[in-house]
Amino acid sequence: MSGEPTTPSGTALLVLGCPQVPVQTSIALYLINRLKKSGVVPVVAGNKSANTLLVIADPDRHYLGEVIDLDRTVALISEKKRDFDRCFVFIHNDAGISYAATMGAISKAKLFVLIYGEHYDDLVKQVDFPCTIIAAKAVHNPMPLKKAIDEVKPWAA
Amino acid sequence: MGCVESMNYEILMRDASFRECRDYIKQHFKESIDVQPGFKIFDVYLIGVPPIAIGLDADFIVFPYTKPCHGTFLLRVEDTAEAARLRTLKK
Repeated sequence: MSGEPTTPSGTALLVLGCPQVPVQTSIALYLINRLKKSGVVPVVAGNKSANTLLVIADPDRHYLGEVIDLDRTVALISEKKRDFDRCFVFIHNDAGISYAATMGAISKAKLFVLIYGEHYDDLVKQVDFPCTIIAAKAVHNPMPLKKAIDEVKPWAA
Repeated sequence: MGCVESMNYEILMRDASFRECRDYIKQHFKESIDVQPGFKIFDVYLIGVPPIAIGLDADFIVFPYTKPCHGTFLLRVEDTAEAARLRTLKK
């Protein structure tokens, strides 16, 4: 990627949710690209389906770097064997809120939650832990969530 | 369910919210402990909004188990040693 800094300026963990909402894979690749252009090293953690969607979409790994199993990532952070500077949790259901609260509790990373889907506003009301909320009603079209991300510029935070 | 699959467990609730699981444990079990996310029980690191409630009933342990696509399950597992370990944490 042209213009990419050669010196990494931190790490970021992207915690993927269930991939049943189409925008997740698209937004994950977009965010990975923006983070890398800012010199941040992104690492993806998801279940097998969520991770495979990304790996298949980027076979030459132009965007993707390290991809880890979600359960293993939770174990590594809980055991204090690994941590990140930023953490982005993708949320479109109750389980996503649980994973975000967990990351807020076990990790020292600056926490961002990306909330989307049909009922995104109900989920926003459930966030009662410290984090930056990026939210939009996005299911099939990623543009509303992309715009919300661009306003926050989390790669520069 | 990973390592949980090898356990002899009973599902008390499925596709529940973290709040429903916490309320169920508080309402149905006289004995419970509150733990933080990342607390290890058996080979599972608990996921949830703190505090996470774990129910105890004799040698049975009741705890929430969350998966991204299936929400939270409330599982009941019999394990004398783990129940005893959890009770020591209450003191």
